[in-house]
Amino acid sequence: MDIFLQQIVNGLVQGSIYALVALGYTMVYGIMGLINFAHGEVVMIGTLVTITVAGTLIKAGMPVAVAGLAGMMAAVLVCMALGWALERVAYRPLRNAPRLTPLITAIGMSIVLQNLAMMVWGRNYLTFPSFLPNMDFELAGAHFTAIQVIIVLVSAATMGALLLLVYRTKLGMAMRATAQNPAVASLMGVNINRVIAAAFVIGSALGAVAGVMVGAYYEIAHYQMGFMLGLKAFTAAVLGGIGNLAGAMLGGILLGIIEALGAGYIGDLTGGFLGSHYQDIFAFVVLIVVLMFKPSGLFGEKSGDRA
Amino acid sequence: MQARLSVIALSVAAVFALSACGPKEEPKPVAAAPDAKPEVVVKLGHVAPMTGPQAHLGKDNENGAVLAIEELNAKGMEIGGAKVKFELINEDDGADPKQGAIVAQKLVDAKVNGVIGHLNSGTTIPASKLYFDAGIPQVSGSATNPKYTQQGFKTAFRVMANDIQQGLALGEFAAKQGVKTVAIVDDRTAYGQGLADEFKKAAEAAGIKVVATEYTTDKATDFKAILTKIKSTKAELIFFGGMDAQGGPLAKQAKQLGVKALFLGGDGVCTPEFMKLGGEAAEGNYCSLPGSPLEKLANGPAFKEKFNKRFNAEIQLYAPYVYDAVWVVADAMKRADSVDPAKYLAELGKTKYDGVTAQIAFDEFGDLKGGAISMYKYTDGKLEYVETLGGGAVATAGSEVKEAVAEVKDAAKAVAGAATAVGKDAVSDVKDAAKAVAEAGKDAVKAGAEAVKNAADATKAAVDKK
Repeated sequence: MDIFLQQIVNGLVQGSIYALVALGYTMVYGIMGLINFAHGEVVMIGTLVTITVAGTLIKAGMPVAVAGLAGMMAAVLVCMALGWALERVAYRPLRNAPRLTPLITAIGMSIVLQNLAMMVWGRNYLTFPSFLPNMDFELAGAHFTAIQVIIVLVSAATMGALLLLVYRTKLGMAMRATAQNPAVASLMGVNINRVIAAAFVIGSALGAVAGVMVGAYYEIAHYQMGFMLGLKAFTAAVLGGIGNLAGAMLGGILLGIIEALGAGYIGDLTGGFLGSHYQDIFAFVVLIVVLMFKPSGLFGEKSGDRA
Repeated sequence: MQARLSVIALSVAAVFALSACGPKEEPKPVAAAPDAKPEVVVKLGHVAPMTGPQAHLGKDNENGAVLAIEELNAKGMEIGGAKVKFELINEDDGADPKQGAIVAQKLVDAKVNGVIGHLNSGTTIPASKLYFDAGIPQVSGSATNPKYTQQGFKTAFRVMANDIQQGLALGEFAAKQGVKTVAIVDDRTAYGQGLADEFKKAAEAAGIKVVATEYTTDKATDFKAILTKIKSTKAELIFFGGMDAQGGPLAKQAKQLGVKALFLGGDGVCTPEFMKLGGEAAEGNYCSLPGSPLEKLANGPAFKEKFNKRFNAEIQLYAPYVYDAVWVVADAMKRADSVDPAKYLAELGKTKYDGVTAQIAFDEFGDLKGGAISMYKYTDGKLEYVETLGGGAVATAGSEVKEAVAEVKDAAKAVAGAATAVGKDAVSDVKDAAKAVAEAGKDAVKAGAEAVKNAADATKAAVDKK
């Protein structure tokens, strides 16, 4: 039983990170129907920027916690700028192109960003400075660390703030309007370009936060770390119903838990036929089953209120 | 490299000028030789992952090869009456078997004279078929899976001990630490799986109980789920078959989960990178590397210094082995006096080269003869040398088996000779026994040396009796 609980904790933490990244995908998709495959790379750059900034500050003698926060701020700013630039350079000129064109551009941008990061930060693995002392807690047989608690809390707070933004502010209303019908929204005086840019900037900021979390959790970073993470988060967004904010959050957390349980029990369930390295298959099988019965995802609607 | 070449060119030009002024002056033989002789370009392919999770190790391998090539060219070797210029063709296989075969075909099409690599067993094994079909000699500095040289390809060589030798040493070492239960994790690559399987055999033979077998991939970053399972088995040791990019985080996450087990791994995790990634969790744990530590070898420290100076980087892992691999190929070409793969291949098998990592000689399979295995402990962020399990029964098991087989065969012959007088039945009996023993010996390369040794002793005893 305590193994089960521990796997749930593992999955919840992993899932919170997926959820944060998935929000970036789902926001952009909700507003412009584009899958921004470069989003995983934005997360990666967030992690690497934090390492550089926090590492330099720590060397300069700043307290670790302050340096960590400063690093995170820097990452958020850099990623926001990157998100804005991505939209401006890669997607805006293709706004009216066939749907496949921006998709291929997105994959291209992902490769460009990876290689840029490789040139700047090198091929080697980088270690993320430990911001927190290694504190452990035991609760009902499950073992967890301070950073795991923080990840879940920060993710929840960030997602809450996002929901407030989308449903309680003018910008949020403009976003929802654009998602419903860009042409009509612009007739009503919504500046579509600004709204789309805002979606990219906010999504990238969330990505940066996720990047810092991933870095702090695993304490390593690499120029290719964004690819798999992006793919998983995209899966989570589809699982929850792409375009739907609550769907992305729940999809992320669900995927994390399914993966952890899959890795933990797949060997026992199949009598050793499938090993724990098949955890991804487990997650994707669940995705396929969900899509078979609910093609638009768990919370997806066929059209309409998407942002 | 460019700079060095131009220095050579300049000195050649200078000698020309001098000899033009004073015809009686004897030009230096090294510098003057090229002008009279044609230049031959020798293309050596080098393959390693330059992208992906193992890119740092790929770059390290490439650096080793580049250093060797630069030195070879600076030295100005002459083969078959022509001055030889070595050229390195670097290919990236991304540690992916599919891409490995694609770039191998590319090198075959480019008609390279030899191949150094690949880095991973998983890419080396499928590629070796292509090189064999094209008759191109291949020397890997890091593919340790036994299968690589057991496919019957005359072109496949390695300058590193294989996983049978390493697995045995690791199993023996684990038993020596007083460990009773072990959990095994491998990354399902040809290398990780092969090493884990060999370790498992050796550990079980030494009386250690395997309480959990878990798997991951060579791209994974999260190991909490499998570690949670391992924790519940209360294993005293976690053995990892895989590379540093997974091993480091695995060790760290184990510590975060409150797993108290020792960590043990093979050459793939015996790197500075592992300690960087594992942090405190690496401390006090063990890993193994084929060969002896560079500091203990005659040419080791000099190589290390050269390497650090040239690349302004620390050696990660296999660079010295790759460096040796290049020199071994060049050495074979020199002895064969030909750069033609068909001609120097025979000489490659007869290699006796005093390398940076070992006295390199190959057995009939293309494996390194008598490869020693050294154990290291992670101490204060450094790899501290513990012991070398070479020369002993374990590390040289491979060669010992073969020696034992040879002994058995000799003994059988002697017995057969002596027994003609005794009677036909006795002869056939002894012959059968000898045959069985010889076959057992071959199998024992996999199963362990012990059985053969016993068999050899038994046969010897039988011979003595007769």
